[in-house]
Amino acid sequence: MARPPRVLFLERRTYRRRRLADLARLMPVIGLVLLLVPLLWQEGAGGMPTSRAILWIFGVWVVLVAATAWLASRRLESELDAQGTPRPLPEADRGARR
Amino acid sequence: MASLNLLIGVCLSYVAILFLVAFAAERAAMRGRGHWLRSPLVYTLSLSIYCTAWTFYGAVGYAARSGLEYLTIYIGPSLVMVGWLWAVRKIVRIGRTQRITSVADLISSRYGKSNLLAVCVTVLAVIGTTPYIALQLQSVVESFSSFALADPDVTPKGDSASTALWVAAGLAFFTVLFGTRNLDANERHHGVVMAIAVEAVVKLVALMAVGIFVVWGIGGGLSETMARIDASRLGHWQMANGRWAGLIFLAGAALFCLPRMFQVLVVENDDESHLRTAAWAFPAYLMLMSLFVVPIAVTGLELLPEGSNPDLFVLTVPLAAGQEGLAMLSFLGGFSSATSMVIVASIALSTMVSNHIVMPIWLKATGGGAAISGDVRHVVLLARRLSIVGVLLLGYLYYRVSGGGEALAAIGLISFSGVAQFLPALLGGIFWRGATRMGAFAGLMIGSVLWVWCLFLPSFGPDVIIPGEVMLHGPFGFGWLRPYALFGIAGLDPLVHGVLWSMLFNAGAFALVSVFTFPSPMERLQGAQFVNVFAHSEAPQGWQGGAAQSEDLMIMAQRILGAADAQALFQDAARRQGLPGYLPEPTAEFLQRLERELSGSVGAATAHAMVGQIVGGASVSVEELMAVADETAQIMEYSSQLEAKSEELARTARQLRAANDKLTQISVQKDAFLSQISHELRTPMTSIRAFSEILRDEGGLSAAERGKYASIILEEAVRLTRLLDDLLDLSVLENGQVNLNFREAVLSDVLDHSVRAALQERGIEIRRDPQAEALVVETDVDRLSQVFINLIANAQKYCDAAQPVLTIAVSRHRGAIHVDFSDNGSGVETGMQGLIFEKFSRIGHHQAGGAGLGLAICREVMARLGGSIAYLPGQGGAAFRVTLPGERALAAQ
Amino acid sequence: MGKTVLVIEDEPNIIEAIGFILSRDGWRVATHSNGVDAVEAVRARAPDLVILDVMLPGRSGYDILRDLRAGEGTSDLPVLLLTARGQTKDREMAESYGASRFMTKPFSNAEVLEAVRDLAGG
Repeated sequence: MARPPRVLFLERRTYRRRRLADLARLMPVIGLVLLLVPLLWQEGAGGMPTSRAILWIFGVWVVLVAATAWLASRRLESELDAQGTPRPLPEADRGARR
Repeated sequence: MASLNLLIGVCLSYVAILFLVAFAAERAAMRGRGHWLRSPLVYTLSLSIYCTAWTFYGAVGYAARSGLEYLTIYIGPSLVMVGWLWAVRKIVRIGRTQRITSVADLISSRYGKSNLLAVCVTVLAVIGTTPYIALQLQSVVESFSSFALADPDVTPKGDSASTALWVAAGLAFFTVLFGTRNLDANERHHGVVMAIAVEAVVKLVALMAVGIFVVWGIGGGLSETMARIDASRLGHWQMANGRWAGLIFLAGAALFCLPRMFQVLVVENDDESHLRTAAWAFPAYLMLMSLFVVPIAVTGLELLPEGSNPDLFVLTVPLAAGQEGLAMLSFLGGFSSATSMVIVASIALSTMVSNHIVMPIWLKATGGGAAISGDVRHVVLLARRLSIVGVLLLGYLYYRVSGGGEALAAIGLISFSGVAQFLPALLGGIFWRGATRMGAFAGLMIGSVLWVWCLFLPSFGPDVIIPGEVMLHGPFGFGWLRPYALFGIAGLDPLVHGVLWSMLFNAGAFALVSVFTFPSPMERLQGAQFVNVFAHSEAPQGWQGGAAQSEDLMIMAQRILGAADAQALFQDAARRQGLPGYLPEPTAEFLQRLERELSGSVGAATAHAMVGQIVGGASVSVEELMAVADETAQIMEYSSQLEAKSEELARTARQLRAANDKLTQISVQKDAFLSQISHELRTPMTSIRAFSEILRDEGGLSAAERGKYASIILEEAVRLTRLLDDLLDLSVLENGQVNLNFREAVLSDVLDHSVRAALQERGIEIRRDPQAEALVVETDVDRLSQVFINLIANAQKYCDAAQPVLTIAVSRHRGAIHVDFSDNGSGVETGMQGLIFEKFSRIGHHQAGGAGLGLAICREVMARLGGSIAYLPGQGGAAFRVTLPGERALAAQ
Repeated sequence: MGKTVLVIEDEPNIIEAIGFILSRDGWRVATHSNGVDAVEAVRARAPDLVILDVMLPGRSGYDILRDLRAGEGTSDLPVLLLTARGQTKDREMAESYGASRFMTKPFSNAEVLEAVRDLAGG
């Protein structure tokens, strides 16, 4: 079986989709970092008022939900499956195996 | 005031509606119409069983006590879902391709289908979940009693124990009814999922309604409410930093470690693409659930007298404000949260208990061999039902024993940290090929021991299980073993302390032992399958079935799936392979299909073991071995295909050879048949020709001689005609072109007629029992008579006793009718018994007359009539049994 | 003439017919209708000619013929083989076992007479 020819530069659209897939995978990390920000807040009287804490946490939450919804709608999983995994068998061969 | 009776009425109606919803969903799914049942929305809503009564009521109480810390419980799973592309999607894909039935099944399957691991996980899950179920019962009881307190008409303020018992019994009933309805391969419970989706809507609406009422009805708007929050004693950020991070971690882990979450997230998942919706919709749901918690808590603290239970603010704030309808809705929300959690948790646990504990024990106890008869199906269902009842009973007992106090409220997080012990084995298993069974086992063991010591046992309170002395100074004076200060590191929050140490040791032991042990081939295979699930999820682990015996597989499948289903499965598989009958070639594809069907009933490990028992050691396919060595995947895949192709060629050759053998056999049979017919026709012809020539050519014959020769010619001509008649009859019967004239008749009449027609002057004494013969049969009377006449005539011809007697006995047996004809002669030799029904076979020296087709015709006739005829050995003389079908078999004709 | 013919055949009517034809022609006809002890019967009666049916109860005509050919004194006894299975294969087998003449049923009486005269005369 011949090695698939290596493609050095991807088409612009594919490239964009791959970077978006990276972003999608980065989302929980971004979320975690933003939600660990409260660890830096000053506690007790004179510290961060609860109302502002609520605004921050829920604000991050809403952004996370919206970004995830947007990214999920782009169906980026296919990009991830295509990377770094062996190429799926050609359809004809697979049929013969069954 | 809201009367308690009204509340009970509403509650019961609500339960009735849930039953209807579940029932309707089951029906729709059964008729294949329920596409909406499998929508991403329903899937997302079903995930909401994450929000139990502990979060519905408890979150407000939690906020009232500790401020914003409650948010961690919701943030953790939200982050995990937002990162769905990492773990969730992988676990769901694995769950689908490997037919995983529970978290225990996943771990056991990953580590070489080890049942020991499954048992450990199951036991830990039961320990972790039981208090949680008790907690739900408590919340229902407490919400009832807060209504009872508000109702002046009710003097005894409710018997909490009996309320809990009734709730537990009702839940057990619902769960058994809808949770163990089917044993199908995919283990989906459409009714249950639909019901919990409805409950998810109810609890969200209820909590939002109370929140909106609090903010705009009492608080006077958003900004005012914000101001009040800042002014309250929760006004400023208060947080133990360790807890904030630790709890986010725990709650995130709980998303796939909790048995009930695994059930809805993975097992009940119908379509992987639903995750795309759930990935943002579930975090949004959690956010909405937690949105109004702080306002409700603050309002409750303001409005209600000092010392009121903040856990019930969701209920008591509307009640105090005179909003009974709202309180009722809120009650239903809490009730929904509690019931949906208990239902799913008990289904998940019962699957684990029955598949990993009861079934293996049962299989071992009954001998383990897959070929013994018996119906495993019923045992599985029964085991599952008993497990459900058992799990709920445990929850109830825990509630009673623990007294349902404050101690119970803390159990939620303890429970989370218990199941979080699965995390290293789980994540390690799907991301790291090097993880081994021993590693998983070591991590799980040490983690759960530490969890029990540091978190679970102390949660009962000092002096209940662990004496206060030990808590303070450690067991046997070993200070470094103090449950809240292991290794002398004191001052940590007990929860963070317990989670930290148990997870640290768990993950450490898992990693170290994995590195230093060597996995078995099965583990390596499964490891490759799991870790690279996206690369080759097309073909889950396969069998190489050359040596398998289809018939044994059939016997085993019948025990588990039930005879009818198993036969349908095998017949279908055989048809797909282009084979007649019930026994398909045990190809890898068929074995996989069979194992998948079985694993839905008994779990992957057991199903695999059972198939393996029959298929033998050849369980590792070339393809899998190639997958293990996927460093050279490209080349290997190619050669694996070659391998598979040569396997297929070998199989085709085998089939061709079989077909060829059969053709040869048929041809030989045809030759023999033709030569037999030739002989039977030519023999009478010889006499006819010879005597005709004599009569024509020879003069001087006496009249007596002429008469004798003429009658010989006639006799042989008759014999020839009879032979041709028989041959024609047989060919018509064999080709199935015969027209049968079914009608009802009394068996004794048919026998009377046959005896009259068959008896000749030589005679034989016939013994009958008129009473036994008084049966109505529906059959072709003429054809049946033909058979009887033949048998009676044979007895006359061949019975060699001095006083020949033929006994005709009629009996009923399992709906079939047996008519036995036995004579007192010397019978048929054992070696000949198998041959007498063949064409042209005669017993011993034959008199002129029989062509040897009589019994062959009888056999064909009986087959057409839906019955059979057989030689009955061991009856003294020759004996034939004619079996007539009962009514049912006839209807099928 | 007065030569003896032994007819080994199990169908009574055929025995009767052959017996009639041959005795009319002046032969002495003996009959035997069992395959099992047919070889002994041939030895005991020492006929000039044997008419042997292939399909006999108890033993095949071919087996009997083989024994006769192997036996002392009967190795060149004329044997007319009769069969009701008229396939080429049967003829080949008859020849390979050493039958003097092979005849398929039904036969004409004249044919049998001619064959018997031929064999006995030769």
